[in-house]
Amino acid sequence: MARIIVVTSGKGGVGKTTTSAAIAMGLAKRGHKTAVIDFDVGLRNLDLIMGCERRVVYDFVNVINGEATLNQALIKDKRCDKLFILPASQTRDKDALTQEGVGKILEELSTDFKYIVCDSPAGIERGANLAMYFADDAFVVTNPEVASVRDSDRMLGILSSKSRRATNGEDPIREYLLLTRYSPKRVKLGEMLSVEDVQDILSLHLLGVIPESQSVLNASNSGVPVILDEESNAGQAYMDIVARYLGEDKPHRFVEEKKGLFSMLFGSR
Amino acid sequence: MSLLDYFRASKRQKTASVAKERLQILVAHERSSKNQPSYLPQLKQELLAVIQKYVNIDLDDVSVNLEQDDNQEILELNIVLPDEDEPVKVN
Repeated sequence: MARIIVVTSGKGGVGKTTTSAAIAMGLAKRGHKTAVIDFDVGLRNLDLIMGCERRVVYDFVNVINGEATLNQALIKDKRCDKLFILPASQTRDKDALTQEGVGKILEELSTDFKYIVCDSPAGIERGANLAMYFADDAFVVTNPEVASVRDSDRMLGILSSKSRRATNGEDPIREYLLLTRYSPKRVKLGEMLSVEDVQDILSLHLLGVIPESQSVLNASNSGVPVILDEESNAGQAYMDIVARYLGEDKPHRFVEEKKGLFSMLFGSR
Repeated sequence: MSLLDYFRASKRQKTASVAKERLQILVAHERSSKNQPSYLPQLKQELLAVIQKYVNIDLDDVSVNLEQDDNQEILELNIVLPDEDEPVKVN
């Protein structure tokens, strides 16, 4: 049975797709067969972040409608043969995703895959609800900023009341906090909510902190998940997150401002 | 201290702590009202309208709370009446 992870946030633009791409690649690189699914029907972008936008033939909705098989629609990553991408459809039909259809696809994937990463769209409409409905684990991506923290809290409420696990009275979804675009420098100046502040408010288990980093934009520019940029802070932070998720004990990094000679000479990447 | 100084001082207040305070209040409020049915705000308004016919109170004096236990729901209604003995019109 696969473990289903939803990457969610409520608010847009906080790094859900970046995180989905990085986490999926990280799990696959560790040798686990992983599928990453774009639930943002009508506004597909995971393909672009993964760098496979020109290889999309069939999509999620085609499979639901029986117009293609799952194997036809899954795109095998060129850098890691354990990773497969299921792109979203560009249809403007809001009702294209159905709970039954999504459930069937996830069930089929579960027999063959170890992890299924569901990249949720922003908002709390159908795509977002279906992305989290079947989840076992939730990665709540949050920026240290008021609107994002508030929306994350809203999502936590929805996760605990509207998911399959909640409806069936099973063990609740395991929820983890991923704090992205973190700037230790601004936190020190009192201009940004700290990790502790956000944890105080959301009371979530912290899986990791991703520092604000130029490498994230560089990675998306070139269609390479940032976790493959092993030199970058953000890439290393995502590697730590994958390791922690898999049960390894890794101390948190990038939470304090770096003061070493190296960073003074080369700056933070 | 001039008015200008006042604005300068408030500008220097750390915004992160302001953000945290605002969020803590907001999130606590939203969590408490999360599981309440959507008709509660309107119920509160209509109750207020009825009570105002007889007693002079405002919206803050009415609190409506729905608590859910395993096997029962309790609708708690709390109305704070004014101190002074105002004439109460009874029809």
